[in-house]
Amino acid sequence: MTDTISMLENTPFGHSADTPTISMIGTRAMLFEAPGAFTLACQRRIWALMDACADRADIEEVMPGVTNLMLIFSVPPEDPEAVAGWLRKAWATLPEKHIKGRLFEVGVRYGGELGSDLPRVAEHCGMSTQDVITLHQAPLYTVCALGSVPGFGYLHGLDPRLATPRKSVPSLKMLAGTVTIGGPQAGISALTGPNGWNSIGFTDLVMFDPERDPPALFAVGDQIRFYAESIEV
Amino acid sequence: MITVLETGVLNSVQDVGRFGYRHLGVSTAGAMDPLALRCGNALLENAPNAACIEVQTFPFKVRFDKAVSFVVTGGEGALTLGERKILPWFVVSAQDGDVLTIDHPTVGARMYLCVCGGINVPEVLGSRSTQLRGGFGGYHGRPLEQGDHLACVGGCVPDGFGALPPSQALKVTCEKEKTVTLRVIPATDYLLFSEDSRKHFWDASWQITAQSNRLGYRLKGGALKLQHPVELRSYGVIPGLIQVPPAGEPIVQMADANTAGGYPRIATVIDADVWRLAQARIGSYIQFQQCDQAEGLRAMQEVDDYLNNIQDIAALYKKSLIRRDAGKAGKKS
Repeated sequence: MTDTISMLENTPFGHSADTPTISMIGTRAMLFEAPGAFTLACQRRIWALMDACADRADIEEVMPGVTNLMLIFSVPPEDPEAVAGWLRKAWATLPEKHIKGRLFEVGVRYGGELGSDLPRVAEHCGMSTQDVITLHQAPLYTVCALGSVPGFGYLHGLDPRLATPRKSVPSLKMLAGTVTIGGPQAGISALTGPNGWNSIGFTDLVMFDPERDPPALFAVGDQIRFYAESIEV
Repeated sequence: MITVLETGVLNSVQDVGRFGYRHLGVSTAGAMDPLALRCGNALLENAPNAACIEVQTFPFKVRFDKAVSFVVTGGEGALTLGERKILPWFVVSAQDGDVLTIDHPTVGARMYLCVCGGINVPEVLGSRSTQLRGGFGGYHGRPLEQGDHLACVGGCVPDGFGALPPSQALKVTCEKEKTVTLRVIPATDYLLFSEDSRKHFWDASWQITAQSNRLGYRLKGGALKLQHPVELRSYGVIPGLIQVPPAGEPIVQMADANTAGGYPRIATVIDADVWRLAQARIGSYIQFQQCDQAEGLRAMQEVDDYLNNIQDIAALYKKSLIRRDAGKAGKKS
């Protein structure tokens, strides 16, 4: 078996400084991964690329990820390299897309039973629980993408000082609405179930309701600010 | 109306899937073996996306509360309608009150009960599929339970004919006893794996573990290692994608897979072969075979031709019956 895959040979491994990584996921989907750091500017270019792709007749669905974009074709390309070339050119020329999202003020009940990992996060970060809460509330977060489970938002904006590794043993039944930190990311769990992120609080917001229109509470480009409704440590 | 008399866990209403909501985190769900559902619908001249009952725990027993034609596809195994043994992949008509029992398949892992007009549960976000994790769609967003009443459009079509199952019609090379060959296209992180691991990926017989379900199939057969650890950002996931978590044993994502994930991707099963995995049983083995985009598209063309053929046969059979009945009527007059 030889490792001759033209698309992979032509692209650098992983993320290089300036070249996107483009590859097929099966015959019907393609993944575009932006080079460079996870910044809002980069994500805004992903959103611009998302719109340009949605306008193509051969693309049925576009799904933004964190500085990447998955395309699902209605007609699978016979020559994926041609599509990849188009994507590289679009990436190089498209301006950032600024979305005027809504602002959600999210009340959090920090700590207590539903935020039981708050002391662990504080200990890992070498600060008091109050400092964790203060730093968590400080930034304006941006919803970069939705995914994994219905209504879950990938947020940009967590203070890097709060980055805390995921738990090696996940909570088996973390409630939907749990306010979390997983590695360098902040989140709000959208479904009740197993979850390896650290719980620091809880909100009553319902992230997803199939009867609602639109069903997901957050949309790409929305902004979120957390504030303390109560603190229990 | 169909009444569920006996069921195991996790049998559910499914159609071809829920499309267009991936960007909100909603997985497609849908039949694990979409080809079996499409065949069933083609034989019954249903719309291609009509809903069926996916049976993955047995025995499964239902009562038809009105006359209706149906077909059971997916695997092959013992089916009885009342006292009468009937064949899978064949259109059969049930009378009001008939009881259908679907027992463990001898070939395949999942059976699909397709009925004339489809199972009539409300559409949620454009699909009748059950989203088990989200708890919506299908029958009240949950697996079927004894005593459930399912509405179906009903009606009868010509019966007594069937289709050759795809496991016989669509042979692939290297199909071995108890080993399923899956054609896969190397994915983004393929070259990030060590040379030994890449070789092992193709050479190994991967066994399907008991930790396999509608979300994904966990395989065992050795650990695949990266040349260097990587930290990936969450990216879109589709059924068929093979990811390798830190422990090194691959997981193939299936119908209920999360829409996004962050594990390294080694390869993706081509669309044309996903159904083979859905019908592979726990404990059986998988061999991966490298293929490219062009081969993947050709394989899908074969599947489409097979389906079109079934559709043509169903239409021809109906036409010939109409002609024969017209002949009979002519003699009488």
